Amino acid sequence: MSSLAYGATGNPWFSWSYVHDNLSTIRAALVDHIVITVWSVAIAAAIAVPLAVLAYWVRSLATPILTSAGVLYTIPSLALLAFLAPFLGTGRITVVVALVMYALLIIVRNTLTGLMQVPGDVREAATAMGYSRLARLTRVELPLALPGILVGLRLATVSTVALVTVGAIVGSHGALGGLILSGFRNNFYKAQIATAALLCVALALILDLILLGVSRALTPWTRRRAS
Amino acid sequence: MSSLQAMMDWLNDPLNWTNPDGILVRLREHLVISVLAVLFGALVAWPVGVWLGRRGSASGLIVVISNVTLAVPVTAMLTILPLTFIGFGKPAVVVALAIFAIPPLLANAYTGVHEIDPEVRESARGMGLSEWQALTRVELPLAVPYLATGLRIAVVQVIATAALASFVNGGGLGQIIAAGFGALPPEKGYGQVLAGAVLITALALLIDALMALAQRKLTPANLRNAARK
Repeated sequence: MSSLAYGATGNPWFSWSYVHDNLSTIRAALVDHIVITVWSVAIAAAIAVPLAVLAYWVRSLATPILTSAGVLYTIPSLALLAFLAPFLGTGRITVVVALVMYALLIIVRNTLTGLMQVPGDVREAATAMGYSRLARLTRVELPLALPGILVGLRLATVSTVALVTVGAIVGSHGALGGLILSGFRNNFYKAQIATAALLCVALALILDLILLGVSRALTPWTRRRAS
Repeated sequence: MSSLQAMMDWLNDPLNWTNPDGILVRLREHLVISVLAVLFGALVAWPVGVWLGRRGSASGLIVVISNVTLAVPVTAMLTILPLTFIGFGKPAVVVALAIFAIPPLLANAYTGVHEIDPEVRESARGMGLSEWQALTRVELPLAVPYLATGLRIAVVQVIATAALASFVNGGGLGQIIAAGFGALPPEKGYGQVLAGAVLITALALLIDALMALAQRKLTPANLRNAARK
């Protein structure tokens, strides 16, 4: 149907005039996307890192924590949104809560792996120097686990950027996903779909590169060791 | 509470199960789409993974492939593919899901073959096995734990992602949720939305458990601790 209405050239995959005419809409969706991603990953990290420390301190809690985060992660994204929407409404909160639940497992697992990799003699040396358990954690173990934590943050960020788009099906809060979905529904507007999809991928790569830069700056010793 | 009650009511209506767009039909669509997607993914990923694993080091390439697919939203792939030469309907959905099934299948096939002790390969050749025999009788059996791990991850992931096919009206259990969200006013559809969520989650967890069981049965006892993930 649509091919008859538009012809081969009427509905291009990319069009500057679309970008130009809809700049404010695109910008709003992009900002929305960034805001949702940053909030989700930040909240997830604020929950996940203490959880990982708890699992590290109390080994018997490691399995239950990882298992329950794993079950949350197995729930399909659409189902998770559908579970939350009737209780939290169809606004941004629902999307953020769902994304936090997803990012949780990735960050907990990587933080725990990072903490476990702290060599035993380093830990002993810190104790022998008179560090309390908390001081040892904040001054020795967490800094040494930082590469692992940051890998977790990077993975969580990239997958969150992609997952935000699923929120479009709940209501108006899929950010760039909303553009993709409405482009599809409005006579398969290819330029809108492709522009939003490209921006999603670009955003994921840019945020990943920023975090990579942060991780390089925070952990200069890993670079020295690698070279 | 009323949403939960509405969910129970929706699930208890036999017509919602047996209608032409009822749960049973949607479940069947969901499984068919998922099985085809994993099948196509494996057809592409396994030969390439095994080939790369035998050739030598390609871990960099595989990391790049999995990172790039992580960054591409499934929703974008699902909306873009039907507008290409593939056309609307099931094939586009299957291809979109197959693309996301490839990274775990590829990475595990690669690792499974790559990790085989070179001496094992040499002794297989030394015993007079041809290249093909060494591959099918020695290397592939040794790679089974990894192949099974990759298959399990891919199946569970595809079952979960197939729910998004409803984005493009592609069928599957996701349609139940999408239809529920389409109700006006929204509160009216919440029972159906929750019912769809429960069904999809139950399917995902069930398949995950079944695949874990199958993986255990498939893996020879002496290789059971070899593959972890």
